[in-house]
Amino acid sequence: MRRKGYFVLAGLASVCVAALLGGCAQVVLLDPKGPIGIAERNLILEALGLMMIVVIPVIVMALWFPRKYSASNTKADYAPKWSGSRRLEILIWLVPLAITTVLGYLAWSRSHQLDPYRPIQGAAPVRVQVVAMNWKWLFIYPDQNIAVVNRLVFPSGVPLSFKITSDTVVNSFFIPQLGSQMYAMAGMVGRLHLLADKPGLYYGQSQQFSGNGYAYMRFHARAVSAEQFREWLQKVKRSPNKLDSAMFAQLEKPSVQNPVAYFSSVRQNLFDTIVESFATMSPAAKTVSPLETAKRTPGVH
Amino acid sequence: MLGKLTLSAIPYHDPIIMGAVLGSVLVAAAVIALITYYGKWTYLWKEWLTSLDHKRIGVMYLILSLVMLLRGLSDAVMMRAQQAVAVGSSQGFLPPWHFDQVFTAHGTIMILFMAMPFVSGLMNIIVPQQIGARDVAFPFLNSLSLWLTVAGALLVMVSLGIGEFSKVGWSGYSPLAEKLYSPGVGVDYWDWSIQIAGIASLMTAINFFVTILRMRAPGMNLMRMPLFSWAIFFTTILMVCSFPVLTVTLAMLSLDRYLGMHFFTNTFGGNIMMYVNLFWMWGHPEVYIVILPSFGIFSEVVATFSSKRLFGYKSLVYATGAITLLSFGVWLHHFFTMGAGPDVNAVFGITTMIIAIPTGVKIFNWLFTMYRGRVRLTVPMYWTLGFMVSFSLGGATGVLMGVPPADFVIHNSVFLVAHFHTMLITGTLFGLIAGYSYWFPKITGFRLNEKWGKRAFFFWLIGFYLAFGPLYLLGLMGMPRRMYHYSNPAWHPWLLVAAGGAALIVIGTFLLIVQLIVSIRERETTRDLTGDPYDGRTLEWSLSSPPPVYNFAQIPIVGDIDAFTDMKEKGLAYTRPVQYHDIEIPKNSGAGYLIGVLTFLMGFALVWDIWWLAASCAAGIVLIVIARSFDDDTHRVITGSQIQGIEDERYRRLEAAR
Repeated sequence: MRRKGYFVLAGLASVCVAALLGGCAQVVLLDPKGPIGIAERNLILEALGLMMIVVIPVIVMALWFPRKYSASNTKADYAPKWSGSRRLEILIWLVPLAITTVLGYLAWSRSHQLDPYRPIQGAAPVRVQVVAMNWKWLFIYPDQNIAVVNRLVFPSGVPLSFKITSDTVVNSFFIPQLGSQMYAMAGMVGRLHLLADKPGLYYGQSQQFSGNGYAYMRFHARAVSAEQFREWLQKVKRSPNKLDSAMFAQLEKPSVQNPVAYFSSVRQNLFDTIVESFATMSPAAKTVSPLETAKRTPGVH
Repeated sequence: MLGKLTLSAIPYHDPIIMGAVLGSVLVAAAVIALITYYGKWTYLWKEWLTSLDHKRIGVMYLILSLVMLLRGLSDAVMMRAQQAVAVGSSQGFLPPWHFDQVFTAHGTIMILFMAMPFVSGLMNIIVPQQIGARDVAFPFLNSLSLWLTVAGALLVMVSLGIGEFSKVGWSGYSPLAEKLYSPGVGVDYWDWSIQIAGIASLMTAINFFVTILRMRAPGMNLMRMPLFSWAIFFTTILMVCSFPVLTVTLAMLSLDRYLGMHFFTNTFGGNIMMYVNLFWMWGHPEVYIVILPSFGIFSEVVATFSSKRLFGYKSLVYATGAITLLSFGVWLHHFFTMGAGPDVNAVFGITTMIIAIPTGVKIFNWLFTMYRGRVRLTVPMYWTLGFMVSFSLGGATGVLMGVPPADFVIHNSVFLVAHFHTMLITGTLFGLIAGYSYWFPKITGFRLNEKWGKRAFFFWLIGFYLAFGPLYLLGLMGMPRRMYHYSNPAWHPWLLVAAGGAALIVIGTFLLIVQLIVSIRERETTRDLTGDPYDGRTLEWSLSSPPPVYNFAQIPIVGDIDAFTDMKEKGLAYTRPVQYHDIEIPKNSGAGYLIGVLTFLMGFALVWDIWWLAASCAAGIVLIVIARSFDDDTHRVITGSQIQGIEDERYRRLEAAR
């Protein structure tokens, strides 16, 4: 998974010029901060490197042939009837086939290794329930019974286990420097596992257009030491705000650039209730849902 | 009486929109005034609007495409300009509700009202000539398709000044496109305009599928058919199989929106993932629908200007067929991040990569066609070479995104935007412009100016790299697509570069128009008197430029893949029959045009809930169809002696030119 080879080098070379120009630290996908992101970066470079085996000769030929066989160059060979060569044709089918076979193998094995649903081995994970809302992120920490709007804080070196849903249209939960994104869809739960190697401030965002406030669905994803994480939890616990049904209904009102908010406790099973409020088939069931008022609020305009 | 429509639907408050509306209205008024001034209304009606001649219909498609290209391009400029300024504390000049309409309109227009009509235009003009036919199989259906496409395009244009266009992206993802989240008329405009154009495309596809299968000249078995016609044949298969999916999906979305059903809602058992699946089951083949014709054009251009037989004809045909088949098995790669399991993702990832094999084969075939040829670097060859270099890079990024875990970080970033613009600009559009330059003398009877053509090409090519190179990098810098505003200052310089690239593309487009004007002005000196300006290889070059209404006075007999080269070598080219026979050609009909007008009105009425108007238009359409079906007098005869006269003139000019 972390094997690097010539392909990585070749790929690196092709991207590096651009990366250097942009300042490497800013090219976040090439500067990942966790094992998932690193594996995905390497995969990108390996795949690009592999493809350059075909792409570079094609470009060379596309620029060289018209020059060499230019109509003004009457000394060059001219074979107006030459239109096939079994050997060449086998070659032009086989070379792309060979590369595709290798890429196909990569796609198959890495899809399984990097399956977002697959837990990361190591310490017991920090569990976070993610709810995409109009237009903000709600993070519920079920084990700590706290919730935060538009800010994600977690210890570095500890696996993160996300459950992801939406209280509105589709969004995509993504922290570029940590790796994989996952769609947030109402009535459904997506899973994602990430890990940050070192403390640091990373940025999270929605990667799926979701309407008016989409551009502002950014949040700070801060990896901290275990000690700082404990302190942070205590700080949240001291918050006077509690995420009960009434507060949640309040939160469901569309807002843009919602300030960071801490909730020292969360209504029981809030995440599951949100998921179920969409999954239900019966209109009657909605009226007994504590979330009923919110669902009728048009999300846009 | 007018449903939801009130005066407040007109966005008076927005100077940008009102400026665009005013501009469009002024241009339209100027065109109408010019036609009136020169007294050309009768000419326009008799020779063009009611024409069933496939060549005229083709030209009208091309004009529609050019107009919509300008509209789509101005949307692109607005997006690039907005992202060049809307960083940090600056909000730019477009609020989100406007920016969202702009990118939705840009995508919808460029795919369905620019690329598709461009393809339809070229195939209308060229395919019958290339296969040795006098017309298409269903000339009236052809006219109807044109006017329905125009009706759809007009609906998009009208949304600019009356109401709003969709704000949810050209792919109209649910549940965002549902009434709950998009209560305005925008989604309905989008829905009906592509519904109408989609039906038109389906009819065009059926028409050309039958034309190619049934109307080839004797001797032209399928394996002697020119590659452009092959490409169109496979394109029609793609269209026939995929467009019904779009039609049904849009109809289901309409049922949700109009009747409160729950096909794609996120509540009451609706399935939002189903919409995404269905949309891309059409949407991915659609990508190949607009790119295969360009592949066909490149095949023609490379062979002609290398003065050499196409390398690996059979390989090319099989490769095109393979792409056609495979394109139905890759749709899921548009949403690897939805959370399907690794097995499903990997399977669709691998099918996606497999498409790269036949595509790669095609590129090699074109390269080896140039090998040991005599390459003439004309304008169509410039576009072709620009394509080959850029497309292989774009293809590589596409395969990259076909690897699911790589897609997990690149998905929905501007890297994706850069990728598909590489495919659609340097693949589709460069190909279509190459085809336009290549066949221009055939269409009009005079050549395009080479100097301005090359200038336009270089502005487009350099502009393209400047506009989309930075987007690849920005994608790696984590920038998502569709941002009306962003706060990361590191993205800003690159977006400025991209805006500069867009400016060069605008100049390139302007130069294409200059080229057209210059060429029209100097047409007397650039007449194509022989009909064969490039020593062409296929049948269309055996005709005069432009060809007579019946194309072939005598249906040719084909003996080779390069039918016309073969005739020239055997001394059979330009042989005249002993006697000319009468030819039946379809009479003009205004029915297609009228149905187009009524369909536009019906679409407009449906958008605004003006039920009486929608119902009467629907009834009117049915009545016209019935009336037309009772019309037995649909053909007119050109007598042998008339043809003799036309052909005598043609051969006199041919002799003079030699």
